Amino acid sequence: MIETMSLGRDFKVRGVVVAAVHDLTFRVEAGEFVGCLGPNGAGKSTTIKMLTGILAPTRGRALVAGLDPARQRKALARRIGVVFGQRTTLWWDLPLRDSFELVRLLYKVDRDRFRTRLAELTEVLDLGPFLKTPVRQLSLGQRMRGDITAALLHDPEVLVLDEPTIGLDVVAKAEVRSFLARLNAERGTTVLLTTHDLGDVERLCRRVLLIDHGRLAFDGSVAELRALVPGQESIEDVVAHLYLSSTPAAPRTPRRTPDADPPTVTA
Amino acid sequence: MGDYLLLAWTWARASAQYRASFAVSIVSSFAINALDAVAIGIVFTHVTTLGGFSLREVMFLYGTGGLSFALADMLFGNIERLSQHIRAGTFDTMLIRPVSPFVQMAADGFGAHRIGRLAQAAIVLGLSLPVVPWSRAWMVPVMIVCGVVIFTAVFTLGAALQFVLVDAPELANAFTYGGVTLTQYPLSVYGDQLVRGVTYVVPLAFVNWQPALYVLGRPDPLGLADWLRFASPAAALLLSAAAALAWRAGLRRYRSTGN
Repeated sequence: MIETMSLGRDFKVRGVVVAAVHDLTFRVEAGEFVGCLGPNGAGKSTTIKMLTGILAPTRGRALVAGLDPARQRKALARRIGVVFGQRTTLWWDLPLRDSFELVRLLYKVDRDRFRTRLAELTEVLDLGPFLKTPVRQLSLGQRMRGDITAALLHDPEVLVLDEPTIGLDVVAKAEVRSFLARLNAERGTTVLLTTHDLGDVERLCRRVLLIDHGRLAFDGSVAELRALVPGQESIEDVVAHLYLSSTPAAPRTPRRTPDADPPTVTA
Repeated sequence: MGDYLLLAWTWARASAQYRASFAVSIVSSFAINALDAVAIGIVFTHVTTLGGFSLREVMFLYGTGGLSFALADMLFGNIERLSQHIRAGTFDTMLIRPVSPFVQMAADGFGAHRIGRLAQAAIVLGLSLPVVPWSRAWMVPVMIVCGVVIFTAVFTLGAALQFVLVDAPELANAFTYGGVTLTQYPLSVYGDQLVRGVTYVVPLAFVNWQPALYVLGRPDPLGLADWLRFASPAAALLLSAAAALAWRAGLRRYRSTGN
């Protein structure tokens, strides 16, 4: 469902070429639930942006739902759903329901299918009490449920989420997590998410991709990830250990060689 | 097209949530532009011609240039806010929708407040119409449409530049807001080199100056070829092709923001 082949993206920062993502090759099959981990600035968001057609890669290529994201961006948009935890795609000043109606029109979703889907999502995500509330008045948890709904109204095969639980309280987090688990189990939607919350990873992801310095540092199950660093109690300690021990080492002095230079600008 | 109307309507509804601000912005934009027109009247209380053109003729130039600009600005001018959207990260959210980001940008924040400028230009143009002979009136809508296309292309070129120079959105203003001021007066009041520049480099002379020479039956004060008077559609097409290429090139160079 998602495939990358030596995918890479360079950025020019003050005349120096920096590889934010380098030689990334992996495959995600339909129906998988994959978590993407990595320290800040590791290249997670850049990867997500290349997979959703926001950024054009400078090297290699990607295929999502059989399409080339950068070249077939609009066709891809109809087949995938994207949620950014840090910014909303909803209309700030309009009632939540109006944003959904707009999504229906922009994605040209059939009216009956839209109605059924919205009714399902309204029930599962408990949107009923605030469907008529302007988005600007929603709590972060409500807004996130609204954003997830907006990303799913056109019934995408793949759902990509960039830090969907950031800033949510424990209850809202649990709601979002159980919803995503259900979506993946019941509808078979392929889910790829980035997160810093290891609770997301432990509860949801059957597979973890660890991206570090723009490269794929690990690809396997949560259990395999734990086994990498024996003797650590929690998954947090395991991941912290991996982040700290990664080369090039933690003090990020800029180097003038493009490949070894840590990406400083992109996240 | 359908998507544009849909988005524009949605934004207009969103901006109508703030009724007082909406009303104030219509009135103030009309007032500011009305003062601008009054300035021309004041100039003519001291002189009888400006660059060889009478008051009515200058009003014709002012009205056609102003109307083209006001329409382009109302329909597509928001594209110049691209760098704000890039910096805020909201441009990313436009790229995940199955709609052209150009259309989404153009419609973004669409508000009827820009009607103020439109009304003022239309009134000035209306008052100047007695100078237009019936046999040449067909050129007036043609030149306004070409003017809208040219200004839109200039807006788009400026926006395309913002993909590369995210920190310099004002650079394009010289050609958009500067351009409208330029077209609102007879080009004969400006220097020779400037007129050649806006004829052959940034084709602002084709917004209204060249076709107006035809409508008003005037010889070109610079002695440029007569066929240029009918070249506005060609200039508009060429410039919009360049703008479309630049926009696409810019989009491929888009680098998003951290996170």
